[in-house]
Amino acid sequence: MIVIDEDSCMVDIAKFFLEFTQNESCGKCTPCREGTKRMFEILTRITEGKGEPGDIEKLERLGRMIQKASLCGLGQSAPNPVLSTIKNFREEYEEHIHQKVCRARVCAGLITFQITEQCTGCAACKRICPVAAISGSPKKMHAIDPEKCIRCGLCYETCKFNAIEKV
Amino acid sequence: MEEHITITINDKIHRVKPDQTIMQAADACGYHIPRLCYHPKLSIEGACRVCIVQVEGIKNYVASCCYPVADEMKIYTNHKEIRQARRDIVELLLDNHPEDCHTCERDGNCELQRLAYAMGIRHRHFVGQRKSYEKDLSSTSVIRDPDKCILCGRCVRMCSEIQGVHCLGQAYRGFNTVVMPAFNMPFAESVCTTCGQCINVCPTASFVEKNYTQELFEKLNDQDLIKVAQVAPSVRAAIGEGFGLAPGRNMEGQLVAALKRMGFDYVFDTQFSADLTIMEEASEFLERFQAKGPLPMITSCSSAWMKYMEQFYPDLIENISTCKSPMSMGAAMTKTYFANKIKADPKKILSVAVMCCTAKKYEAARPELRVNGMRSTDIVITTRETVWMIKSAGIDFLNIKPEKFDEPLGLSSGAGAIFGVTGGVMEAAIRTAYELYMGETLIDIELSDIRGFEGIKEAQVVLDGHELRLAVAHGLGNAHRVLEMVRQDRDRFHFVEVMGCPGGCIGGGGQPYATANSIPLDEECLKLRAQALYGLDREKTIRRSHENPDVQRLYKEFLGKPLSEKSHKLLHTHYAEKLPRGIVSPNLKVV
Repeated sequence: MIVIDEDSCMVDIAKFFLEFTQNESCGKCTPCREGTKRMFEILTRITEGKGEPGDIEKLERLGRMIQKASLCGLGQSAPNPVLSTIKNFREEYEEHIHQKVCRARVCAGLITFQITEQCTGCAACKRICPVAAISGSPKKMHAIDPEKCIRCGLCYETCKFNAIEKV
Repeated sequence: MEEHITITINDKIHRVKPDQTIMQAADACGYHIPRLCYHPKLSIEGACRVCIVQVEGIKNYVASCCYPVADEMKIYTNHKEIRQARRDIVELLLDNHPEDCHTCERDGNCELQRLAYAMGIRHRHFVGQRKSYEKDLSSTSVIRDPDKCILCGRCVRMCSEIQGVHCLGQAYRGFNTVVMPAFNMPFAESVCTTCGQCINVCPTASFVEKNYTQELFEKLNDQDLIKVAQVAPSVRAAIGEGFGLAPGRNMEGQLVAALKRMGFDYVFDTQFSADLTIMEEASEFLERFQAKGPLPMITSCSSAWMKYMEQFYPDLIENISTCKSPMSMGAAMTKTYFANKIKADPKKILSVAVMCCTAKKYEAARPELRVNGMRSTDIVITTRETVWMIKSAGIDFLNIKPEKFDEPLGLSSGAGAIFGVTGGVMEAAIRTAYELYMGETLIDIELSDIRGFEGIKEAQVVLDGHELRLAVAHGLGNAHRVLEMVRQDRDRFHFVEVMGCPGGCIGGGGQPYATANSIPLDEECLKLRAQALYGLDREKTIRRSHENPDVQRLYKEFLGKPLSEKSHKLLHTHYAEKLPRGIVSPNLKVV
């Protein structure tokens, strides 16, 4: 059992584990070599907000097959984090796919950054933004252009006044 | 009475032999479990997971190709979950495979295609990223297309276990795994012997021969050229399979007729050149035998074997017969003797060889085999390419009226016919050598000791009180074993025959693909092809090469006698050590 707080996204966690096992796959047997790749692709899609209805069922179908048909222990256990998170946190997957929401605000494709009234206009965020998505006059509240924003989170980490929030 | 155990397959009780795999037991009971990476001649890989079954009491599915049966075992091969898992596994292979079946060389002959159909894959669930690599077009003979590879590993096992070449291996890991020669070298620079057995066992078109059919079609329409074909013995024994016939039908006459209709002016028989080879080779052997060396003499007909020997056994080069292969002898005669006869400029002759072999494409390009500065064989096409050309040219191969080979290079003895089977060259050479040496006819000319498909066959023949010790090896892995014996004890054998492919030329890398109900290099199929050639031998009134009147005429009118100066110039060659990257010469003394 792994204990994780509410700031971790279950889909993202599953993706993290699968990325690891997929990199570790030796490539000998088909289910592990090809199957974990496809599962990883589906999870990536979901975390980018491009999840489709039916993705959860595909993950379950692939995962169960890979567990039972793989040659060695790595492949047989590779889908466990995905199947386990689907079993216990299915609603998080569904939110990602249907409402395009990541409740832990981890999946970059599903969040936007906003500047709140706590902004002092110090322009630290404006200076650090790599794509010049932030505008505003000095000492006045700044704003983020969601079209330009690449959700890198640098402004969020830079702001000293907690004036930037993920939505 | 033999011991049996009881197993249940799909709720039906069967009595089967112990000590076998689930797949073998199921085969014996009439269940053909779908399979892909499994091949009975190769080691068990258990990698593709297509042959999975459910065994009661075991949590996961087991690969039936490698799981042993046990008493009271309950096996399910076809229930809903296992069918879906198997289907999904094959779909995963398809998802990482180009969707170009319509334009693929193996369309209709592809194991993956058949498997996908049999699994009932009618739509796709898991489409995603596909691998994308460059094709390796460097070799004269074999093209490697990693995009089509499904990593079953049959080529890798064939190349190392049967052929002992170890050219191919799986590099990188996981999704990035690729089958390639060492250091990702181009085929042309690698140790690949161009035998083409990877093509034979590949389930898809990841390995195919370098195709010369378009070039040949163009040249066949060139009115200025005199188009001459020669046909290897084993092509006639196998080409019928490409048209849906059962293996083992001799289609010699139909093949000649079809080649004529395709635009060839003359169709000669490589069996004639095989007789010529025997005249030279038997004489060379007797010369070495009388001069006490260098023995053993090792045959040189097989092109893949030539390259193998130059790479791995350069210390034995003096033991290799200097005779060219029948193809090159025939081609040399075409561009000299035949050109003189018809008073034609040899440069205007297009010399085409219809071969069972991909390595012959390599041989044809060897510079040592040039005659008067010209390539002796201009184009080599395999049996498979020939089948395609005949179909593409719209020739009704099966119903065509058989025709005879053309003179003066078309008449052959039975000895020439059996060249296509392992042991055949030796048998043919002994038939002639015995008579040349003893001056009397060998009565029992069928040497049963060196027939058959055992990897290495040994036999003794008494020649004027001397015991001749013979060895025959087929497949380069067996060649390796025989040559190690020779390296250890040079006096062990007098005469060694080596064929690069399993079964000899009948199992060549250019022969028709296995059909839906057979497997590549199936021994039964090889036996039937061999029987076709042995049958051809038995049908002939002339069964010894030196009795071939056209060969006698050739010597009388043109060459003089075997091993004459002219023969040496036109029919013999030389070899040199070849060291592709990664190979160390055995001649190198470490100081």
